[in-house]
Amino acid sequence: MLLIPCPWCGPRPEHEFRYGGAAHRAPPEDASAVDDAAWGDYLYSRDNPKGRHAERWRHLHGCGRFFNCIRDTVSDRIAGTYKPGEAPPL
Amino acid sequence: MTQPFRTAAGGRIDRQRPVRFSFDGRALEGCAGDTLASALLANDVHLVGRSFKYHRPRGILSAGSEEPNALVTVDRGLGRVTPNLRATQIELHEGLTAISQNRFPSLRFDLGAVAGAAAPLLPPGFVYKTFMRPASFWKRLYEPAVRHAAGLGRAPGQGDPDRYAHQYAHCDVLIIGGGAAGIAAALGASATGARVILCDEQAEFGGSLLSEPGVTIDGWAAPDWVREAIASLGDQVTLLPRTTAFGAYPGNLIGLAQRLTDHLAQPAPGMPRERLWHVRAGRVILAAGAIERPLVFPGNDRPGIMLAAAARTYLHRYGVKVGSRAVVVTADDSAYRAASDLHAAGVAVAAVVDLRPEPVGPVVEAVRALDIPIHTGMTIGGAAGRRRVDAVRLADGQTIISCDTVLMSGGWTPSVHLLAQSRGEAWLSVGACAGAFGLATCLRDGTEAGGSQPGTFAVAGLPEMTPAALPLPALPHPKAFVDFQNDVTTKDIATATGEGFVSIEHVKRYTTAGMATDQGKTSNVNAIVAVAAQIGADPAAVGTTTFRPPYTPVTFGAFAGPSRGDLFAPIRMTPIFSADAVPEDAGGWRRARCYPRNGEAIEAATARECLAVRNDVGMADASTPGKIEIAGPDAALFLNRIYTGDFNSLEPGQCRYALLLGEDGFVRDDGIVARATGDRWHVTTTTGGAAFVLHHMEDHLQTGFAGLRVWLTSVTEQWAVIAVQGPRSIEALAPFIPDIELGAMPRMSVREGHIGDIPIRLFRAGFTGETGFEINLPPDSAQQVWDTLRQRDVTPYGTDAMHVLRAEKGFVIVGQETDGTVTPDDLGLGWTIGRDKGDFVGKRSLSLPELSRADRLQLVGLLPAEAAMVPEEGAQLTEAGQGPSVGHVTSSYHSPTLGRSFALALVAGGRSRVGARLRVPMASGPVEVVVTDPVFVPRPPERPFAPTSPLPLLPAVARPAPVARAAGSVRLAALAPATLLSVRAGPGAATAIGMAIGVLLPTVPCRSVIARERAALWLGPDEWLIQAPEGSTGLEALARRAPADRPASVVDVSQGFRALELAGPRAAWCLNGFCALDLDPRAFPVGMCTRTLLGKAEVVLWRIGAEVFHIDVPRSLLPYVWACLEEARLEFADESSAETPAVG
Repeated sequence: MLLIPCPWCGPRPEHEFRYGGAAHRAPPEDASAVDDAAWGDYLYSRDNPKGRHAERWRHLHGCGRFFNCIRDTVSDRIAGTYKPGEAPPL
Repeated sequence: MTQPFRTAAGGRIDRQRPVRFSFDGRALEGCAGDTLASALLANDVHLVGRSFKYHRPRGILSAGSEEPNALVTVDRGLGRVTPNLRATQIELHEGLTAISQNRFPSLRFDLGAVAGAAAPLLPPGFVYKTFMRPASFWKRLYEPAVRHAAGLGRAPGQGDPDRYAHQYAHCDVLIIGGGAAGIAAALGASATGARVILCDEQAEFGGSLLSEPGVTIDGWAAPDWVREAIASLGDQVTLLPRTTAFGAYPGNLIGLAQRLTDHLAQPAPGMPRERLWHVRAGRVILAAGAIERPLVFPGNDRPGIMLAAAARTYLHRYGVKVGSRAVVVTADDSAYRAASDLHAAGVAVAAVVDLRPEPVGPVVEAVRALDIPIHTGMTIGGAAGRRRVDAVRLADGQTIISCDTVLMSGGWTPSVHLLAQSRGEAWLSVGACAGAFGLATCLRDGTEAGGSQPGTFAVAGLPEMTPAALPLPALPHPKAFVDFQNDVTTKDIATATGEGFVSIEHVKRYTTAGMATDQGKTSNVNAIVAVAAQIGADPAAVGTTTFRPPYTPVTFGAFAGPSRGDLFAPIRMTPIFSADAVPEDAGGWRRARCYPRNGEAIEAATARECLAVRNDVGMADASTPGKIEIAGPDAALFLNRIYTGDFNSLEPGQCRYALLLGEDGFVRDDGIVARATGDRWHVTTTTGGAAFVLHHMEDHLQTGFAGLRVWLTSVTEQWAVIAVQGPRSIEALAPFIPDIELGAMPRMSVREGHIGDIPIRLFRAGFTGETGFEINLPPDSAQQVWDTLRQRDVTPYGTDAMHVLRAEKGFVIVGQETDGTVTPDDLGLGWTIGRDKGDFVGKRSLSLPELSRADRLQLVGLLPAEAAMVPEEGAQLTEAGQGPSVGHVTSSYHSPTLGRSFALALVAGGRSRVGARLRVPMASGPVEVVVTDPVFVPRPPERPFAPTSPLPLLPAVARPAPVARAAGSVRLAALAPATLLSVRAGPGAATAIGMAIGVLLPTVPCRSVIARERAALWLGPDEWLIQAPEGSTGLEALARRAPADRPASVVDVSQGFRALELAGPRAAWCLNGFCALDLDPRAFPVGMCTRTLLGKAEVVLWRIGAEVFHIDVPRSLLPYVWACLEEARLEFADESSAETPAVG
């Protein structure tokens, strides 16, 4: 079970959190302006990297906040977490 | 002397305390301190089991958890049957009942042993290759027969009556293994003041030191040094004997399985049988030692053949001679010590056979000095004997030596299993598992790993030895066993490599070497060596198989822990109780299916309830759907983006039905959006979708639409809901509601007022299509109102009737009519989409061509040709004839109003098929149905109602608070109700609110501020929970007025929670049975508060004293949380005397 450092509450066990998918995936500024293929791509295409992955988590059973997390999908190690709008750690 | 092979003196067993036990019904006697294995050996019992595949006689190979052969079933009575236990780990206790396995009809005369004679017919892959056709025979004939012939112990047939506990623990240093290196590491870590857990799978700490009475450390005999060292460890060290570290998981979480009562003849009541520890460790020191390797030679599996070090352990630790006449075969120095020691104990040592050409060194010379013949450069060519070895033939083919015992050593394999599982977390290995074999080195490295200066220890009495190289591989032979537990021989390995399996992972799966319950602890390296020999590779190049948990088998009970029965999953309880309700658990709640009268069947009760709603008046407990209070000046804008509707035009007091879509345009939830007052909105969700909708809204608020001045508060538990529905509903309610003119309320409107003197939020709405109301009221008053209305002949109806009533009107249930691929238009609900509003979640997807195809599945009604036939929900629909599916039935009922069956369905291009005939293929044959409009019962005309005079409610009935079991070291109490406010606000507003209510809202995460009788708990960066004594009525208004120019949300949630207090020296321990947080006072100091999980319930946990925890529990979850805490306290229940109140 992962130990996830919530940017507000500190390290907490994984079961207090809910996974929120890939991070830094903003919808198009004007959805009506993109064509169907581009919209479909936004909806359904995701990277599946081996290694470093930026992803969203929410401290659902804690402070309730969404935040971003850099996790290695091979080792499950977490390089760091950061608040929305902040830059990812190196 | 009843134990012929017990030595006269020595060992750690107590000869003055005989212990009676039975093995296969035979009454035997051992000594206190024995294991089952040592007691059997003391009684000259060597045949203890039959092998997995060939049913070969097997004895005891080892003295530890690596044991592959001596597996037994222990029956503790009352259904407490545990198969596949290692006799080497079972502590003897009075009355122990052990039974051998995999033999029929008996251990000595086993019919399955003919399989051994047929061994050449049973090569690897035999089962897969042979029992292939016909395929249907596999399940009925082949598999049961194979399972009967091959196998280990049998699974118990009865439910397990024992209790199992879980415990979450945190430490700076976890030390796995309590032998020399592990104890030294504990000494080193303890000296630094770190929090330490030291665990060992054995009953006693000390490991191999317990078998070394002749060795001294700092002048103490080794076993005595162990005792002194353990006693010197500080309070910060938690000692866990009988505890196996079985798995390493991400985040340095280590699973420990602790056996608490199996070694006791009379366990204390309330004590769990096993405890599964979830240890979160800062770092881990692995001191798991090493396992001696068997040697591979024909017949090496016969009873009487065992590991050399095991023989020394039986002699020195248990006072047992493992035989009368031994041959030692070795590739390693350490077996020479067994030869010397057994000789000294009076066991004849016939010969030492050494694979090495020129063994030298002090241990070799010591054996030479005893005139024991040493055959060098030699191995054993075969072992003979039926139920026990009686002779060995050396590989020269000439020399035959009679014996009843063979001691073997192929060197030592470090126990790196857990290190390999850890995938490189913060771990250190010390001692033999790190390849260090000198005792002084192990001790020094241990102290250093623990965090102290490397210790120096004066070690004496241990001769110098040279570690063995890997022995030469044995030749392929059908009786030279590599893996004892799965009956894999060198010939099987050669077959596998000959068939092209060269990867060790493939060889493992093809031959099953290393796949038994022992996970190949004694066999993996020998298998690697055998593969390497066959393919001409270096063993190091062959590599190892992946190490996976568990290290040794863990019971299902330990994994399940307390999660069984009522604690398996929380069932949420509504505040309304009716003794006559038929309960059903749905969506996490306990709900009433129906309320039968005088022994009515469920169908009859449901029909009566349906008709009461259609023709008179009924009421339902509708408390379970989610409710969210939304506040803030941008609420309408926010709701416009979340729901399909347009809420700009919604006036205070109005409601609107709305759909919530995903970005993909598909329906995710539905509900009613009500504008209660100017900027306060009351939104309902489905019962099952409540948590999702709040999460979805928070997601968009926090990340998508950041900057909107909107705040969300769940009020699902703050409001109970009684739905009063039917043409007579106004008449039934009006006498009790003085301040709302019911008849003047338009459909889909909301008013605030009172029922009796109870404040309510009254909705003119419902799920039945009748004139009706939903009374939102404080849960504490719900029973009183319910009972009053029942007395006034309002018919209660349950979920079964609710389903029929809504389906008759074509109302959908999200999750029943929808499956995540259904658009609003598919449901005929395109009208819910606001025309002139801007973007909303899902809008872009609705214009995708796929989502507007004419042949999409659309909601329609179905009328079966036979009025009595109710098609199955989920059944497919076809056109007349065969053809592919054109849709499926989503809801299907008998309608008492129509006097016939009807159904809802999703049908391809359904709306254009109205009037067409389709077929439902059912088990009893196809059913003809006609496609119809989904509305079966039209809206009736509004009925006029007679004016009524006011009536009083029945008196309120107080429900008694639960009373906790007495337990002195941890007290549980339900606290008096309090005023609770949920505050959500930005920083400026938070300060203003704090000033207004007289307690500052903390900005430090997870901290609380107490001022006068009020407390403010930080729950999130924009969220606080304010606690004040019950009846602090002005507080909410005070807080709301405060931030005039800085909007915020203040919502009374007093009714939504129940407060518990858990106090006493063991309070934190009990919480950690269900809560994974670190509750050490340094990690969770007084004043800390947080939302967290207690079991599967979300609670607010607040430490208000060193040993006092305040827990706010959602009221529906109180029974579950209470039961969890009582379960955790059960261990301490017998300490009630400390709690006896003083009389007078």
